[in-house]
Amino acid sequence: MIKVLIIDDEPLARSIVKEYLQDYAQIEVLEECRDGFEGVKAVMQHQPDLIFLDIQMPKINGFEMLELIEQPPSVIFTTAFDEYAIRAFEAHAADYLLKPYSKERFDKALQKWLAQQANSTGTAFSSALLETAAQTPLQHSRIVVKSNGKIKIIPVHDIQYFEAADDYVKIHTASGTHLKNKTMQYFEQLLDARQFVRTHRSYIVNIQQVTRLDPYEKENYIAVLHTGLKVPVSKAGYLKLKQVLGL
Amino acid sequence: MPASVLSITKYRFYFTIFWIIWSAIHAWVLQEWGYSFEASWLDSAVCNILLAGISLLIITSLRFYLPRKESFTYLFLMCIGFALLWLGCAKVVLSYVADAFMVSTFSESMPIRLAIAILVSGCVILISVLWYTLEEQKEQERRKNESEKIVRDAELYKLRQQLQPHFLFNSLNSISALVISQPAEARKMIQQLSDYLRSTLKKEEHMWVMLSEELQYLELYLDIEKVRFGHRLATEIRNEASALSAQLPAMLLQPIVENAIKFGLYDTVDDITIGIDCVVENQMLVVTVKNPFDPEISQPGKGTGFGLRSVQRRLSLLFARNDLLITSTAGNIFITQIKIPQQ
Repeated sequence: MIKVLIIDDEPLARSIVKEYLQDYAQIEVLEECRDGFEGVKAVMQHQPDLIFLDIQMPKINGFEMLELIEQPPSVIFTTAFDEYAIRAFEAHAADYLLKPYSKERFDKALQKWLAQQANSTGTAFSSALLETAAQTPLQHSRIVVKSNGKIKIIPVHDIQYFEAADDYVKIHTASGTHLKNKTMQYFEQLLDARQFVRTHRSYIVNIQQVTRLDPYEKENYIAVLHTGLKVPVSKAGYLKLKQVLGL
Repeated sequence: MPASVLSITKYRFYFTIFWIIWSAIHAWVLQEWGYSFEASWLDSAVCNILLAGISLLIITSLRFYLPRKESFTYLFLMCIGFALLWLGCAKVVLSYVADAFMVSTFSESMPIRLAIAILVSGCVILISVLWYTLEEQKEQERRKNESEKIVRDAELYKLRQQLQPHFLFNSLNSISALVISQPAEARKMIQQLSDYLRSTLKKEEHMWVMLSEELQYLELYLDIEKVRFGHRLATEIRNEASALSAQLPAMLLQPIVENAIKFGLYDTVDDITIGIDCVVENQMLVVTVKNPFDPEISQPGKGTGFGLRSVQRRLSLLFARNDLLITSTAGNIFITQIKIPQQ
């Protein structure tokens, strides 16, 4: 049996996927989810082979949901999303269904996936796709993390600074520190360069949190935040800061 | 009115330096010619202070009146006129402050002095005309950009109003789902969607409509959302009988209700109620829209408020007031209140 999940906030949109799946006796729909939170939980619980995923959903969107899952299953997006995002999908050859879609188009997507499974080439989820898709404006305003099994949404203006920590990045906020399995480059590219500056190889700071810059040894500096926390600033970082602050 | 060349400190500095150097050259030439030190400096000071004054006069007058490109004759005459004016003034002033020898030498060297004065004033005229023309062009460019931006904004707004692609495609997807299982419902929704699209296309922004008409249209929109989201969405529309005949600009409430749907319905998972209250108070139609929101993930007042900003802008264009749209939160309820003055 092939295990499938349907994740979409509209009941009718879910029912159409179910209806189209009736022709496939080998496919079993384990659960239907109404938002990304339910989706994450259901994926963890059922370890499905394939999910049908909407992008615009309450709480967290489809991209954010996938970010929270360590080894995401194969995904067929079902969305009315605009064409810019779709171009990103095409570039990475993951399949997507544009609402409203026909039975023929649905079958084609599913057949393709089934064929790939049969050839055991597998459709390892392209992380490059996620990185590209994450560049939508939606993503600039918040970051989704998992801490102690709970999902937390952090508005970017609450972030004080990012700190590199081996394979993870530590996100420091007033309410605590969160870990995310990403690179510093990822955040540097994702965030608004006018608000977040890479001041050091291992640090990205929110300039709205900086109260002053103190000199520190030779050509280095220390950025002091409102909260009194101190963040190292390298020579190159200092030049970038000066440019952003218009000094 | 373009700014004067001399409104810029740098150019004021160059202007002064030029005249100091020019005066020094003038004095040196006279000394070479046999004038005493004092006499040559006196002559130079009188002539050049007057000539600098004439230059200022030229710069200022061209600021107020810039001849069209063709009228070079006018500029030439202006040049000669100012040079003659300068020569007369210089002669009168010198006759008061200088001795007889200087005055007679001045008269002898008049043709040379006139030629130099024509050259100098000609240069000043050329520079001024060039400067003011450039300033004018810059100003025109700026105005053009600004008006283009306004047109663009208006177009964007209109596009968004007429074409909500997400809404349209998601609704069509719902219809596609209904067709097999509930054909009657599908037909009803096609009807609602058509009525909604027709009235969207028909309406022009500058039109004023009755509240009853606008509410009918909003109800269509909300009914479609009800089909899409099943029983999750409930609406409570209350209005005073007198409010129904109140007038308002077409499509003004639409972005407010859309905003309420976005935060209240798209971004939540529970059953929700959207309330719309319409009353007339102190010659004002007051419409209050209430929607719940998820405080954990969104602040409907902040960011992404393109819809509400466009309403705010329209109100300020129409009534020249910025206090007609007020938003507030009470717990997890977001309240948008709009006031529309009645004639």
